[in-house]
Order: sequence, then C-alpha cells, then structure tokens
Amino acid sequence: MSGRPSPEGVTLDAVDRRIIAATQGGLPLVPEPFHQLAETLGLTAEEVMERLQRMQAAGAVRRIAAIPHHYALGFKANGMTVWDVPDDRVDVLGPQVGALDFVSHAYRRPRHPPRWPYNLFAMVHGRSRDEVEAQVAVIADLLGDANRGHQVLYSTRVLKKTGLRLRA
Amino acid sequence: MDPIDRELVNRLQDGIEIGPRPFAESAKALGIPEEEVVRRIQRMVDDGYLSRFGPLYNADRMGGAVTLAAMAVPPERMDEVVEQVNAHVEVSHNYARDHDVLNMWFVISAEAPNRVDEVMDAIREETGLEVYNMPKEREYYIGLRLAL
Repeated sequence: MSGRPSPEGVTLDAVDRRIIAATQGGLPLVPEPFHQLAETLGLTAEEVMERLQRMQAAGAVRRIAAIPHHYALGFKANGMTVWDVPDDRVDVLGPQVGALDFVSHAYRRPRHPPRWPYNLFAMVHGRSRDEVEAQVAVIADLLGDANRGHQVLYSTRVLKKTGLRLRA
Repeated sequence: MDPIDRELVNRLQDGIEIGPRPFAESAKALGIPEEEVVRRIQRMVDDGYLSRFGPLYNADRMGGAVTLAAMAVPPERMDEVVEQVNAHVEVSHNYARDHDVLNMWFVISAEAPNRVDEVMDAIREETGLEVYNMPKEREYYIGLRLAL
C-alpha cells in the first residue's frame, strides 16, 4: 500500500459518517481509544481502525493528532502572509516556504487584480508581532526577486469558528 | 504545562498510528504509563492548550468542497454583515483581519460542491457586496509545528 491520497478522495458511507460525527470533537482519551469508540458505535475495534486507516490513506483524515490551540500556547500573533510570486515560479517556491517550521499552511490561490495581486498564502505563527515580522523577513529572503510584493494580514477578531459539519 | 507536557505536544502534533494502543510508543519514550499520557492530554484539552486530540479531517477529500472567501466590508456595516455571513451554516470560520481593502475572511465548506457557489451568491445578494473567491489551487503544506 502506497498510502498516497487518491486525487478524488473517498466516498463516505453511513458508518464512516457515524465515525466522523463521533470523533469531530476528539477521540476518547483512554489507552485504547479505538476500542472505546467502537463500543460506543456498536462496531468492532478492527472495523473502526480499518475505516480510519482507509480514510487516512485517501487523505480524508490528514492525521490523528494533538491540535494545539496556538493562542493559549503563547503564539499570540498569527499572520496571513500573502505574496505576489510569478506564476512560473510559485510551484517551486511554495513548497520551500511551506517547509519553514513557523509556516502552518501554504497554498496557491487565484489573484483578483487589481485589488488583490497575491497568489501565495502562508500562515505564520509567532509569540509576538515582532517575531512574525522576523518570520516574514525570512520568507522574503527565500523568495528573493520572486517577491513582487507582499502583505501581512493579522487577525483582529474571530467572528466564527465551528467544526466540520456533515449532512446527517 | 511542565516539560513532559511540552514534549508530549511536540510528539503528538505529528499524529499517532492507528492501532490498538496508540499511546504506547509515547509512553515508553517518556517513561510514563499510557494512563498518564492520556490524563495529561485530557488536562491540556480541559485547560485549553489543545483545541482537541483526534482526527484532522480534510473536507475537500470527502467529496465536498471548501473555499476561502474575502469581502471588503465598510466598517460601519461590520456587525450587520458578520451576522449575515455567519447565518450560513456552511461558513465554518470567519476572521476579521486588518487590511485596507479585504477585511473579512471566511471559509465555506459544503459536501455538495455547487453549494459553495450558491452560498457565495446568496451572500452577495444579501449584503450587496462583492465576495472574492479564493479557492486553494495548490496545497504546498499543511500542518502546524509549534516548537514548545
């Protein structure tokens, strides 16, 4: 098994949906969480693990992990950094930016000229705005002359934050 | 948080293997029982250091669609537009950001791909404002590595 996500993702059946609904808020925190989950759902632990493994192989589950709350952990400055990088270079430079350890997400997105010329998005996290500014300087260095302009957008207010919702 | 908590978070951000006893490896590495590993994780969730411990789902690999959208909201209409946008259940996250033009950024997720476009159209109609669609064209990296 290669474990590479298939491009089309995965088709979920009713049992997959029940597993997702039961785990969106987290796994049971016991030494054998998949067994406890299975018991709650009336399934066998083997089936629960097999289905989660299949969803992970298809990319529907990225990983099963501790999801840090950055703000509470002291990373109080989060900046959405956006960059105008030539189209013929962005796919080479984007992964290099993503590999920096302070970058949590890196994506290519469409420009909307003239209001929005930026096509490379990288979320960065620091303990202060000064730290974020230093991180931005590292990205600018890495991009060199491929950086035709950039901005940092700090979040000022969380207006809504909910989990994934699935059709019942 | 003590040094063992920090080490646990550093280890567990990368994810556990799906198996009968997924915390056994961390327990062994840290020299503590598995019961203590899960107790510490539970405490960090309760204290708000972790938003949760569990699967990180990727909606756009589940047959659905996700997009990032941005709007230029006149400051005096902010509260009203927040209410109009947030009223859509498909809007999962919404942030105010300091930018001279695009000051509201939100994520729309739906299981039916055409639903994302319908929600954007509805928001345009309800607010009379343009909604800039910025779907991800390429994902270069996702995963937070906070070094604690």
